[in-house]
Amino acid sequence: MKTIQVSVVEEILSANDQLAVQNQRLLDDAGVFAINIMSSPGAGKTSTIVATQNLLKDRLRLGMVDGDIATTIDADRAAAAGMQAIQINTGGNCHLDAVMLSTALREMKLDEVDLIIVENVGNLICPSSFKLGTHRSVLIASIPEGDDKPYKYPPMYRGVDAVIINKVDLLPYVKFNMDYFIAGIEMLNPGVKTFPISCVTGEGLTDWTDWLYEQVAQNRR
Amino acid sequence: MHELSVTQSILEIALRYGNQNSAERITHLYLVIGDLSSIIDDSIQFYWDIISRGTIAEGATLHFQRVPTRMVCFECNHTYLPERGTLACPNCNSIRVQVSAGDEFRLDALDIETDDD
Repeated sequence: MKTIQVSVVEEILSANDQLAVQNQRLLDDAGVFAINIMSSPGAGKTSTIVATQNLLKDRLRLGMVDGDIATTIDADRAAAAGMQAIQINTGGNCHLDAVMLSTALREMKLDEVDLIIVENVGNLICPSSFKLGTHRSVLIASIPEGDDKPYKYPPMYRGVDAVIINKVDLLPYVKFNMDYFIAGIEMLNPGVKTFPISCVTGEGLTDWTDWLYEQVAQNRR
Repeated sequence: MHELSVTQSILEIALRYGNQNSAERITHLYLVIGDLSSIIDDSIQFYWDIISRGTIAEGATLHFQRVPTRMVCFECNHTYLPERGTLACPNCNSIRVQVSAGDEFRLDALDIETDDD
């Protein structure tokens, strides 16, 4: 017997990352744009998705892939709003990964959608580590969560293309320093787009959907 | 948390490199884990002891090299470890800063035992 050292230097999540690349290729071949929406539980992912459907449905055919540890409540809401909705029950897993999205994409009628919104499992930690193969990642923060979240969950704020700040209608009632919050985002992710919105009053929603529509349109060119 | 699936990935990579190099046994794994990667050493070790049983990596020692979160300031080029509660540059208070290390998550090397010939 002899003992030798073997150099590896491999990313531990490389298998997931490779499958994510395949997912994006499948989407591109089908001419479908996809975004990954992440947030803590209760920040308003499904409400934002339904509001997005209502504002874009005359221009784009939207689909939704929903990841939850149990129930089809969120996918049912999206389906009721007229979206093609696929439910992934992760069976307790804390995040979606590229394998789960790959399975969902095979179930989806890709020729009947232009834009797929993937609703990740509500969690501010794990989803940031697992690429899915979507074209953009969006984080939804919400006012009642507090203004310190970028400082406490930096990985989640680092890897996203846009941050939606939901429930701004609650600003008069909640201690939330917007400047401190925005400064935290800027340090982690300089220049990232931010969209203050309220799904209750409708404030700011068209800024978000205009941006999203532009992302889809750019991808087609 | 997702340490079980992550530990399975580590085992898969280790066995692949072990087999490619005709290992009889894998005895040490050298992991590099940044503090931003939200991975707990003890959890990995816990799952490792269970899922490596019956493989050539059973009983291998896991070595964790932790990499602290480092930031670099665009204004004054200062490199620093962020303090709790703020990420701003402690040298010039700028918030034009960037994370420069801390999200590593990789397997760097293995020690393996092979036949002499």
